[in-house]
Amino acid sequence: MRNVGLILRRELASYFATPLAYIFIFIFLVLANAFTFYLGDFYQRGQADLKPFFAFHPWLYLFLIPALSMRLWAEERKSGTIELLMTLPVKTWEAVLGKYLAAWLFTGLALALTFPIWITVNYLGNPDNGVILASYLGSLLLAGGFLAVGSCMSALTRSQVVAFILGVVACFVLLLAGYPLVIDAFQGWAPQVLVKAIASLSFLTHFQSITRGVLEARDVLYFAMLIAFFLFTTTVALDLRKAE
Amino acid sequence: MIKTDHLCKRYQSVIAVEDITFQVRPGEVLGFLGPNGAGKTTTMRMLAGFVTPTSGRASIFGHDVQSEPLAARQSLGYLPEGAPSYGEMRVHAFLAFIADLRGLEGARKRARLHHVIERLQLASVLDRPIEALSKGFRRRVGLAQAMIHDPPALILDEPTDGLDPNQKHEVRTLINEMAREKIIVISTHILEEVDAVCTRAIIIARGRIVADDTPLQLAARSRYYNAVSLQLETAEQLAEARAAVEALPSVAQVEVSERDARLTALPRAGASILQAISDLSRSRGLKLKELHLESGRLDEVFRTITA
Ligand SMILES: Nc1ncnc2c1ncn2[C@@H]1O[C@H](COP(=O)(O)OP(=O)(O)OP(=O)(O)O)[C@@H](O)[C@H]1O
Ligand SMILES: [Mg+2]
Repeated sequence: MRNVGLILRRELASYFATPLAYIFIFIFLVLANAFTFYLGDFYQRGQADLKPFFAFHPWLYLFLIPALSMRLWAEERKSGTIELLMTLPVKTWEAVLGKYLAAWLFTGLALALTFPIWITVNYLGNPDNGVILASYLGSLLLAGGFLAVGSCMSALTRSQVVAFILGVVACFVLLLAGYPLVIDAFQGWAPQVLVKAIASLSFLTHFQSITRGVLEARDVLYFAMLIAFFLFTTTVALDLRKAE
Repeated sequence: MIKTDHLCKRYQSVIAVEDITFQVRPGEVLGFLGPNGAGKTTTMRMLAGFVTPTSGRASIFGHDVQSEPLAARQSLGYLPEGAPSYGEMRVHAFLAFIADLRGLEGARKRARLHHVIERLQLASVLDRPIEALSKGFRRRVGLAQAMIHDPPALILDEPTDGLDPNQKHEVRTLINEMAREKIIVISTHILEEVDAVCTRAIIIARGRIVADDTPLQLAARSRYYNAVSLQLETAEQLAEARAAVEALPSVAQVEVSERDARLTALPRAGASILQAISDLSRSRGLKLKELHLESGRLDEVFRTITA
């Protein structure tokens, strides 16, 4: 666990050692607000809540999270530092978890910096702050899920561009797993059980159920298991072909 | 002790390393030599646990690299080829990070950091991002990182590549100092380095060990071993000297370099020719600038073996 902490700290510091962190946070805040105010009719709806704000998060994350996660392992491979890290007395899962948590903490920070919009709705009316808190947690879980998928894609390649594209595609499929676009692709040839299983994997359904204001155990469990699965896959992928 | 047992590594169609077996004991400095692509780096990566062997095994002080990776890595300091490091980090932060992961704490951590910074003369660049350093400094940071926990075994892939002559000398001194109680394995393309630091050299070609010997013994395989090289004051006497030396029964062959008026006489197998040539030059009145006995040329042996 000590190693996880050490790697986490180094990673987080490296985000802020380059303009990357600031650019990411800037773009995240600009887009989150732009979506909410221009596309979401924030004022015109005449309701004091953050529904439109959170409704866009999945789409925002779809591109921003893979952009963040693409470097997790692809960069280590490209620069050769993976050879340094993997020959230190560190277990692969410790490195995977440390780097992942750093990225997640960083997204959490970006998310927390949207607080002015929360202050705004509280100023304008009387929103249900319980729902807002649940939605923030849901959004954080969603980001965590995307990051875990992205971490896995990044572990497969030494090219950040490939990692990005794989990340976006994988996240898109998982996001819409319950929707006709994805289901139709499986309907007809895959057994019904599988289609059902895929449908239940949808990020969007679970996220929306949280943003309605009820933090149900099964939704949290869903994200936890999904994250665990993809981090485990990342570890296996790295162990199998760290030098290739 | 470092042991390898029939190590092999195959990448799809390429056989990078084929059947490498050797043992190194504390006190030995083993030099890996071999042409580009011979398999030196691949072998070192298997020792460090980065590359999984296709077959065969390696162990560090009895800990199998594959089945007990952490124990094996703990007693190993490793400088990967090209000395990779996190470019955006500052030198001091990077070394401290490695020290932390190596489990160093408190006073010992400070002492070790101080030691490697001093030994590799990094004090002037401690606050610079590594990516902004010159190649030689980056290599030195890599070396510092490898020895920060004072490991009993060091594997260094081309440790002096890119260093200036002063730094090369420094690093060789450092290796010689550590050599007494440690196991050190280095790879290098610089043959003088083998003479300067290695107690033993393994030459690898096409993934196989083609020679495993002390540098002296290796050099003795050279056809220049026990050859006599003499340099004349002027080139005018060269033709006469050549004829006279060639006439000696124990001389097998004579090579002449007009440019520096040098003549090298190669002995017949086992013969000693220094005395004869020295006598001859006196009786012929050759004006000598220099006369010496060669101990063999490693580069020539290297070329013959790996060709
Ligand atoms: N990841 C890889 N995938 C495919 N082939 C590889 C890989 N790594 C090394 N090889 C091949 O294995 C062989 C040995 O390479 P290696 O890097 O061990 O050579 P080397 O002796 O260190 O050479 P150099 O002196 O140039 O450093 C080469 O033919 C190389 O192309
Ligand atoms: Mg090499």
